[in-house]
Amino acid sequence: MPSYVNPEKCDGCKALDKTACQHICPNDLMLLNKETMKAYNRDVSMCWECYNCVKICPTQAVEVRGYADFVPLGANVTPLRSTDSIMWTVKFRNGMVKRFKFPIRTTPEGKAVPDGGFATKGDLNSHALFTEPDSTGLPALYTLTKH
Amino acid sequence: MANFETVIVETDLLILGGGMAACGAAVEAAYWAKQNGLKVTLVDKAAVDRSGAVAMGLSAINQYVGLKDGKNSVKDYVDYVRNDLMGVTREDLVANIARHVDSTVHLFEKWGLPIWKDENGGYVHEGRWQLMINGESYKVVVAEAAKNALLQDGVGEIYERVFIVGPLMDGDRCAGAVGFSVREDKFYVFKAKATLVMMGGAVHVFKPRSSGEGLGRAWYPPWNSGSSAYFTIKAGAEMTCQEVRFIPVRFKDAYGPVGAWFLLFKSRATNAMGGEYMVERKSELEKWGPYGRVKPIPANLRNYLGMLDVQDGKGPIFMRTDEAIQKIADTLKDDPKAYKKKMKELETEAWEDFLDMTISQAILWAATNTEPEKRSSEIAAAEPYFIGSHSGASGAWVSGPEDLQTDETKKEYFWGYAHMATVKGIFCAGDASGASSHKFSSGSHAEGRIAAKAAVKFIVENNSAPKVDQAEIDALKAEILKPLDTFAQFKGATTDTDVNPNYIKPRMFMFRLQKLMDEYAGGVSSGFATNKAQLERALELLAFLKEDSASLAAENHHELMRCWENVHRMWQAEAHVRTVLFREETRWPGYYFRADMPKLDQEKWLVFANCKYDPKAGTWEMLTRPILHIYPQPKEHELLGG
Repeated sequence: MPSYVNPEKCDGCKALDKTACQHICPNDLMLLNKETMKAYNRDVSMCWECYNCVKICPTQAVEVRGYADFVPLGANVTPLRSTDSIMWTVKFRNGMVKRFKFPIRTTPEGKAVPDGGFATKGDLNSHALFTEPDSTGLPALYTLTKH
Repeated sequence: MANFETVIVETDLLILGGGMAACGAAVEAAYWAKQNGLKVTLVDKAAVDRSGAVAMGLSAINQYVGLKDGKNSVKDYVDYVRNDLMGVTREDLVANIARHVDSTVHLFEKWGLPIWKDENGGYVHEGRWQLMINGESYKVVVAEAAKNALLQDGVGEIYERVFIVGPLMDGDRCAGAVGFSVREDKFYVFKAKATLVMMGGAVHVFKPRSSGEGLGRAWYPPWNSGSSAYFTIKAGAEMTCQEVRFIPVRFKDAYGPVGAWFLLFKSRATNAMGGEYMVERKSELEKWGPYGRVKPIPANLRNYLGMLDVQDGKGPIFMRTDEAIQKIADTLKDDPKAYKKKMKELETEAWEDFLDMTISQAILWAATNTEPEKRSSEIAAAEPYFIGSHSGASGAWVSGPEDLQTDETKKEYFWGYAHMATVKGIFCAGDASGASSHKFSSGSHAEGRIAAKAAVKFIVENNSAPKVDQAEIDALKAEILKPLDTFAQFKGATTDTDVNPNYIKPRMFMFRLQKLMDEYAGGVSSGFATNKAQLERALELLAFLKEDSASLAAENHHELMRCWENVHRMWQAEAHVRTVLFREETRWPGYYFRADMPKLDQEKWLVFANCKYDPKAGTWEMLTRPILHIYPQPKEHELLGG
């Protein structure tokens, strides 16, 4: 049903004003049922299976079941995302399991410095952007040689 | 009328969108705004951390020129893009993005994006212009830099979950934008001195191949709904290349990327009989002028040769993943240990390619017990998309930079500020600006930066607050909230809120649009072919649809957003149909085929086909603009490039 919520694990993100999945879904699909205090995907046919709700869920309550109109049953792909890497478990229909781990970033979370440490120069009338030419790796910005 | 509070936000620079272009704009604008004492406001319909086309992640950066390494030049990139688009490209815009994109990629690396390195510390190239990355958190990292830039020192502010409907005008100058919160009863009026339109391209204008749950598994994300095109069209801006839609060939059904397989693993694609359409149909290329002879062969021509195989009943088409992996590993077959290690490495790379950016394809492989090193997988042409940042070209007609012009091009392509539309105060980047294809994620970010700096310059030189008529705001509010009122008024007339003779819900409205585009404007079910009579029929049906858009109904905030997203798609559709009708030739046979005009017409149609909507008169004007070169080139060279 693309993303779905396991009611045993979902706690509605407790006292927060909205659930984590509702906060992150790029297509505004995840919603909290105020009666059951469980989240759900309100329109599965508009789900891109981007896994952002799965990755962000603090209780690992959100999973994905492949689109039922073309994906055979029985497989699942589950991420475990940390601050610097992500580990994927891929379970095949025939029971085979593969596991992969990839880095996701090289800097501490929250620490991206806008100018990246490159020299900045403030001439609003030049064609160079704020970190250029330093960030281009060349002494000057390319321009057209008149002919 | 629905009881929504009107919130007025006054700012200097307004950034609409939160994807790659908007994040580029934010990081650049913050610097120049601070220097000039200006305020920046960014508005995203989702959460910036994971919004836009890169929300899931990406496994490659598709534009890196590498000027510092001296292997490629800006002109090389311009030649590549022009050839791929069958001659139709704005060289000044492509060159401008190409000269800034390396800087943006180097910033990505500093911000924390892992880019693959070789043993000498150089970037690992997937192809000539493409870099391999560990891109699961690509958008998170880029958004973080944008937010850090904007929120430091109180330069800027960010509104999330606010859906922008359309422009706010002060005569012929854009005065900002209007929209609503998708969470609260709030109608937003953003008044600005310059507005950056960066709300992506359009998906679901055409009927997708999957129509059940898989409807959402579009190649480009379903939340990109034509908001950029609507904004600029309704502001009266000139649009370009509205006919140049893009049809990607991808792994069938789940739309996993093919770039790594073709470029990195050097895989072949073969048909059911084992034949290679790129070899067997080579002579077909001769029909497409000089573009059939260039290298690399244009994406749409490669598509077309595969489509011919499918039309002839030679499908399925297979990506020979098993053969490709085996071939690479075989170079180590005399060393069993190294061979095993290489096989594992290739398997991991193949899976990461999907897990980084199209997880559905990994599910499909697992669900069909597919191990890519052991068996091939099907590929197929998807459905049409509007995506000016990729191999499509649709978007607004924008000014180029002043220094990348000849005396001749300057008259046509420059009007004061780089990447400003023909409407004063509107700047575009990414999928919102046209005729500058192949910018992808990195080039869109670079273009966002270019547009933001130019917009700050525009504000400094035109520093007056726009005037907006209160009556206009009231009228826009009433129009935008109307679907909620329509629902409230008529919901009691039937026992099923979805079936009511007084209104149409956004979902069925979208299906109506998709069906007419699919059947009359060259969608999947019509084999991507159309003709004059069909296009005229499409316009007739679009006119009914447009009338019925006044009867859209929404039960809640979410549906109100869906209503307006589909109105946006409808306007993108109309601009497309009108331009396909206008261009009396077939130039991109792998994107669409004018069956009544089946040939390339270099004499008459090697031009830009532009269109412009007059918001006051409610009429469209179709016009051509010349294709001019910024580099001196002899005749054959001019067409062949390189």
